[in-house]
Amino acid sequence: MTTHPMTPITRDLSWRMFFRTIVARSYPRIIGQSRERTWIFFETFLPFLATVGYIYVYRAINAPEDYIGFVVVGGAMTAFWLNVMWLMASQLYWEKENGNLALFIMSPASLMAILFGMALGGMLATTLRAGVIIVLGSLLFGIKFVVVDFLQLFTVFVVTMAALYGLGMLLSSLFLLWGREAWQISLTLQEPIYFVSGFYFPVKSFGFVTAAVSSLIPLTLGMDAMRQLVFASGKALGFISVTHEIAVLIVLAFVFILAAKFWVNYMIRLAVKEGTLTDRRR
Amino acid sequence: MNEFAIKTESLGRVYKLRGVKKGEATERVALDAVTLDVPRGEFFGLLGPNGAGKTTLIKILVTLLAPTSGRAFVAGHDVAREPQKVRPRINMVSGGESSGYGLLTVRENLWMFGQFYGLDNKTAWRRADELLEIVGLKDRANTKSSDLSTGLRQKMNIARGFMTDPDVIFLDEPTLGLDVGASRDIRSFVRNWVAAKTDRTVLLTTHYMAEADDLCDRVAIINAGKVLACDSPAVLKKHLQREAIFHLDVSPLRNGMLGVFNNLPGVRQATHTALDGKSELELILAEDRILSDVMNTLTTHGAQILNLQKREPTLEDVFVDLVGLSMAEAEKAEG
Repeated sequence: MTTHPMTPITRDLSWRMFFRTIVARSYPRIIGQSRERTWIFFETFLPFLATVGYIYVYRAINAPEDYIGFVVVGGAMTAFWLNVMWLMASQLYWEKENGNLALFIMSPASLMAILFGMALGGMLATTLRAGVIIVLGSLLFGIKFVVVDFLQLFTVFVVTMAALYGLGMLLSSLFLLWGREAWQISLTLQEPIYFVSGFYFPVKSFGFVTAAVSSLIPLTLGMDAMRQLVFASGKALGFISVTHEIAVLIVLAFVFILAAKFWVNYMIRLAVKEGTLTDRRR
Repeated sequence: MNEFAIKTESLGRVYKLRGVKKGEATERVALDAVTLDVPRGEFFGLLGPNGAGKTTLIKILVTLLAPTSGRAFVAGHDVAREPQKVRPRINMVSGGESSGYGLLTVRENLWMFGQFYGLDNKTAWRRADELLEIVGLKDRANTKSSDLSTGLRQKMNIARGFMTDPDVIFLDEPTLGLDVGASRDIRSFVRNWVAAKTDRTVLLTTHYMAEADDLCDRVAIINAGKVLACDSPAVLKKHLQREAIFHLDVSPLRNGMLGVFNNLPGVRQATHTALDGKSELELILAEDRILSDVMNTLTTHGAQILNLQKREPTLEDVFVDLVGLSMAEAEKAEG
């Protein structure tokens, strides 16, 4: 092998690098959509199948027709939840296992930018999956959407995603520290969380206290607000007003992202001090 | 930039051991007061068996691990206090690395890592293409990295390390597990890079003596966390040139025979490797005539001599002379 003059480099370590890192780390998730298609079955068909089950139950008991729409929205949001719990949360752990984490830490890039990149990639990839569930569900079961306010709907979606993936970033740091124990905990909590966050029915049915506690899971308020904004009966079945839900979601997003930053910094300090987190053999 | 690319002052690292039984050691010293100066532009080797402390030292220098004592500077900055100033100037490639994403092509993986170092898009793609051509992966640029063989994957890792044109590059056993051809290609690329960029510094860790001998301006021989010697390969070997070094293949030796040889007057070091149907002896003797005593001893103990060879000293002999064990024996002792 020989060398020849190569393109000289200039390192731009300013805020631009932060955004370049986000885009670069989101790239594998986004491009992976077209290169690995098993997701069509595992992350679209399977959640859709669960959704269909609830739809037939509601049809059988002659529940109001809007409930069918509630379930489809819940099914679509399940895709995001699964993405956060099973991919986002375990991502840093796998990055450690394949040696990428050491390369991330020893690069000048911010680990927060890496986490934002993971979140962005996961969110964009899952939006496609969630979209497929919504379209399929709407076409197959004739769901009528009555959008009250597009701007508010968009805002709800954005702040829900910010809070949800902020939680994902936090979980990713925690999973790295606790490893397989955290994996077991999330496995144990999966079904209870489906239940209390109102994936398949309005969370208002639980009563105020339980609904308020379950609102710590960002999807609870996100789904409730979206249902209020896209179904005729949504407002009547809503937990609190959409404006309040947006406000709480913004607070949750800030809290989760700041907590993630704290844990990531703590984790790096621990990694450097003990030398355990960047070495899969330890 | 500082005149020294790498400088360590009494650098130490102790690992706390978890889950040990009562009465067992609770700590393991991985590095013990290591002091090294590596000037800019030098190809520097760290030579030692597995477990000697090479990787621990590299991890400290690349800001992945904090020292428990002493200080280390890379590119003029303290690795513990100013890691953000060190990181843009360095890169590392390890042997057997499986970094990157299998779903991405080789070219995309290189681009991605370039972005983490602040390279703009155009430069990152261009350098990825240039490096792929240099390392002989141009025809695999659009292959998913998961489809590469071990050797080709390591070439991609090497390209990744050089994407960012580092001032100091750390190569941690870069040819580990590779076939002869792939190892030769990687050594050739690194050698040419250093020749073309005289202000860049390479720190190579290896337990392949020939690799260190072939590439390095200077080597430090490290064992059990301590630097035992540090000089150019030629100077290190020169110390042994007054002595006679012999390689013998003999019929299988009984246990305890090595002790007999080591106790013979004039035998500086004797190491033994048991192979299928024979034993290999490496002897460092004070002078040639001691060989007759060794032969007599072998004959007395009923051993048959299959092959005898006098040879020039290698870095392995330097290691044996310093440690009293071969690299393989030192690894066993450490393990």
